[in-house]
Amino acid sequence: MIALLRRDLRLAVRAGGGFGLGLAFFLIVIVLVPFGVGPEGAVLARIAPGMLWVAALLAALLSLDRIFALDQEDGSLPLLATSPLPLEAVALAKGVAHWLTTGLPLTLAAPGLGVLLNLAPGAYGWLVLSLALGTPALSMIGTFGAALTVGIRRGGLLMSLLVLPLYVPVLIFGAEVVRRGAEGMAVATPLAMLGGVTAGCLAALPFATAAALRINLR
Amino acid sequence: MSFWEYANPKKFMVTTAPVLPWLFAAAGVALVTGLVWGFFFTPEEARQGSTVKIIYLHVPSAMMAINAWVMMLVASLIWLVRRHHVSALAARAAGPVGMVMTLIALATGAIWGQPMWGTWWVWDPRLTSFLILFLFYLGYIALWEAIDDPDTAADLTAVLCIVGSVFAVLSRYAVNFWNQGLHQGASLSMDKQENVANVFYIPLLVSIAGFVLLFLSLVILRTRTEIRVRRIRALEARAQQGEGRA
Amino acid sequence: MSLLGAYALYVLSAYAVSLVLLAGLVWLSWRRAERVRAALARVEGVRADG
Repeated sequence: MIALLRRDLRLAVRAGGGFGLGLAFFLIVIVLVPFGVGPEGAVLARIAPGMLWVAALLAALLSLDRIFALDQEDGSLPLLATSPLPLEAVALAKGVAHWLTTGLPLTLAAPGLGVLLNLAPGAYGWLVLSLALGTPALSMIGTFGAALTVGIRRGGLLMSLLVLPLYVPVLIFGAEVVRRGAEGMAVATPLAMLGGVTAGCLAALPFATAAALRINLR
Repeated sequence: MSFWEYANPKKFMVTTAPVLPWLFAAAGVALVTGLVWGFFFTPEEARQGSTVKIIYLHVPSAMMAINAWVMMLVASLIWLVRRHHVSALAARAAGPVGMVMTLIALATGAIWGQPMWGTWWVWDPRLTSFLILFLFYLGYIALWEAIDDPDTAADLTAVLCIVGSVFAVLSRYAVNFWNQGLHQGASLSMDKQENVANVFYIPLLVSIAGFVLLFLSLVILRTRTEIRVRRIRALEARAQQGEGRA
Repeated sequence: MSLLGAYALYVLSAYAVSLVLLAGLVWLSWRRAERVRAALARVEGVRADG
């Protein structure tokens, strides 16, 4: 499992594309927001938590179709399925690899982009914490979506349609944590909910992902 | 004679063929009765005026929108556990019907909201949940359409339906939470059941019965269609094999 | 439209939209059912039902 994780990480870094692309997309979306809503600091500060979360979510979506598509193309997916490693562990490893190459960089980059949107000073810690807590769930849900659509040619668009509605709870709780943090309110409840969603995704979704993979490999 | 015998496509076709016209007729009668009764022969409510008449469309379609998804979930589970093709095809047949029900609920809700709340749309928990439900239907139908192999499509959509159900319930609670966060306590209540008097209630029940019957008829009709599509596929595949051999 | 009062337009449009959607759904389902039935009859050659 560790070896698979290492291999995926090496591929992601070497291929370049997925790694930097998500971050660049995150940056561009955040830069576009003020052009759309105007440069007023108060307005930007009000929408910053939500915009940062939505942009991070879309950026995480970008690299999802690479999770299994590359393995499918070069034929290593059936090999993974026949390896002694259970497919559930493969699914988990894939999700973790996606998070390390997408969710983690997004989390680290978010405070810098918060400055651009005039995010309230008290919210930076909560922004990083909520993204760190929420993006693993995004990666796991995305891995599930990627597994569903792995057999479909040009399935990327379909996968967005399948995955985005599943992102709703994570987005709601994540953005709520930052919003409350920005207003100086108590964040414990949404934070706990977000953690719960992530824990549930990590525990349960590898099984669904593995089931989808088995069906696709039949 | 067990319930599962109807899972045999042939048995299903033979059984439903004579029932279907009657089911459609019953659905038509109940719908027309409920809607005409509601539209022409119920008084106006004091606060809502004549817009209360929209209830006869809105409540039944909203109920069916949720029930259709539940039916799809049950059918998907049956398919995954017992591998009855009729079950998977019934789930597929219910998808577009449920989507249209969701659309009707959303449209009538918006039209009711404009004069009553002064806006077509508010991010009220219920409205938002329905919009999310609509997106789930879109994804489910799109996945069915995208996959060529029928068994793979049935399996994958069943998995999606189960995972989607969990997330739909999760979204419902998340959205509740999110809206409370926006405006404390002052949310617009759509719960009219509390003060619905008998004059409104009985035609509403008839109307609900009409929607249920219509849903059943449409699902059976569409399931029959899907079974026939399968059969055509199978026959054509056999014909091709025959040609290959000759 | 004294029957419906000031909200006539809203009530009527709600009914119109719903009935159009329902009719469209029924019509599309029916048309596809007929087409597939005919196609199956052609493929099977003899029997129309089953």
